[in-house]
Amino acid sequence: MLPAVSIVDVVKHFGALKALAGVSLEIGQGEFFGLLGPNGAGKTTLISCLAGLVRPDSGRLSVLGHDVTKDFREARRNLGVVPQELVFDPFFNVRETLRIQSGYFGIRKNDDWIDEILENLDLTSKADVNMRRLSGGMKRRVLVAQALVHKPPVIVLDEPTAGVDVELRQGLWQFIRRLNGEGHTIILTTHYLEEAEALCNRIALMKQGKVVALDTTANLMAAHPGASLEEVFVRTLQS
Amino acid sequence: MIGFFTLFEKEFLRFWKVSFQTVAAPVLTALLYLLIFGHVLDEHVQVHGVRYASFLIPGLVMMQVLQNAFANSSSSLIQAKITGSIVFVLLPPIPYSAFFAAYVLAAVVRGLMVGLGVLVATVWFAELKVVAPLWIVAFSVLGGALFGAAGMIAGIWAEKFDQLAAFQNFLIMPLTMLSGVFYSIHSLPAFWQGVSHYNPVFYMIDGFRYGFFGVSDVPPENSLAVVVACFLAMSWLTLRLLKQGWKLRA
Ligand SMILES: Nc1ncnc2c1ncn2[C@@H]1O[C@H](COP(=O)(O)OP(=O)(O)OP(=O)(O)O)[C@@H](O)[C@H]1O
Ligand SMILES: [Mg+2]
Repeated sequence: MLPAVSIVDVVKHFGALKALAGVSLEIGQGEFFGLLGPNGAGKTTLISCLAGLVRPDSGRLSVLGHDVTKDFREARRNLGVVPQELVFDPFFNVRETLRIQSGYFGIRKNDDWIDEILENLDLTSKADVNMRRLSGGMKRRVLVAQALVHKPPVIVLDEPTAGVDVELRQGLWQFIRRLNGEGHTIILTTHYLEEAEALCNRIALMKQGKVVALDTTANLMAAHPGASLEEVFVRTLQS
Repeated sequence: MIGFFTLFEKEFLRFWKVSFQTVAAPVLTALLYLLIFGHVLDEHVQVHGVRYASFLIPGLVMMQVLQNAFANSSSSLIQAKITGSIVFVLLPPIPYSAFFAAYVLAAVVRGLMVGLGVLVATVWFAELKVVAPLWIVAFSVLGGALFGAAGMIAGIWAEKFDQLAAFQNFLIMPLTMLSGVFYSIHSLPAFWQGVSHYNPVFYMIDGFRYGFFGVSDVPPENSLAVVVACFLAMSWLTLRLLKQGWKLRA
């Protein structure tokens, strides 16, 4: 079976800074994969390379076998990304935002699916509210919704729960788990390690642009009996 | 194709939702120019045998077409870059050519709407003929497209609003103001006449005006050739920059 995501020897500099120092990763279809690491480790840069927002200096990346530069249209069609930054277009309301995003992916009549996303993200009552008038957590939910409009087989969530309340976090994970159960591959970045521990079947730990640990969550935990993922994380980064 | 139409629709709504600033305001500006200069000079000046106020109207129309086409694509792109919402158009599988066409078409539509508004607002104040409407359409559409594409480059290049403002004030404004909007270049000293021939906007205004009066400084076929060549060159450059991801993809 094709890997959902294949990353081979990716290097990226920003000026003198080496943001990615040769990253290789393969993520299988149907995985719930955790991409963890301290601030500045290179997680967002790696995701941006995958999404075509950042061009790597060298190395190759592909989504379901489609090279992200040579075959960028197919690669992007298969990928849904929730960006880390809280961005929005102030000209539109929530439903307009989602309809427009569907259109960009070549989908015109998408209201059934949009309604379902809104329902699952507890946004139904906000559908006709302008983006400017939403609270921070609600804007974050719309970002999640925007990444899902085209039902991408591979979904990347870059800190989707930052600033989101407990209730919605539960709801969001239930929804994402359901999508994972239906076969969508999930790649998750988060600083809430209990979330990663509970959700991810496999975890990569990044530090200074490198993958320093890569294993199933169970194996990582077993290597340090009795420790929480947070303790495992700290010990691995120190060693 | 759906990607193109959606992006165009979004770009259209973006200015249409604030049409008081993006359409009505430039129409008022042009009307003020006409009322002031037209009133002061109409009695005393004739150009190509046409009374000054009549001569001025097509120039003002074209000036607003060009400036607003430029403003539309450039302000949309820089705003999206600064707020970060540019990712919403960078993540989807929209081909470069569709991306280019959507921004340029929206710019042309805004330019033409403002241009039509200026025409409707000013036509009451002077006599205006329409000798060759096809030339009018050709020059306004091509001119708007050229400036829409230029606006894309400026919007992608600029990192701050003041850089874009500098581009607008030091390049676009002088190019349009010194192109013969307010005068025929035959009234200029020989040296400045020569200089004007290097300004592509001169050909747009001159050719556009030909459509109204049937007289011009340069034959309209020549002007059209210049404008088409400029548009093709600008499109080629813009498409190349988009393909490279210049300033959009780090
Ligand atoms: N566009 C950019 N220009 C310059 N430097 C950048 C750029 N983007 C990221 N960097 C740098 O690259 C390094 C990796 O950043 P990145 O955003 O990938 O980290 P991260 O692992 O996502 O961190 P966080 O957990 O804080 O989100 C950082 O040192 C950052 O300052
Ligand atoms: Mg990050």
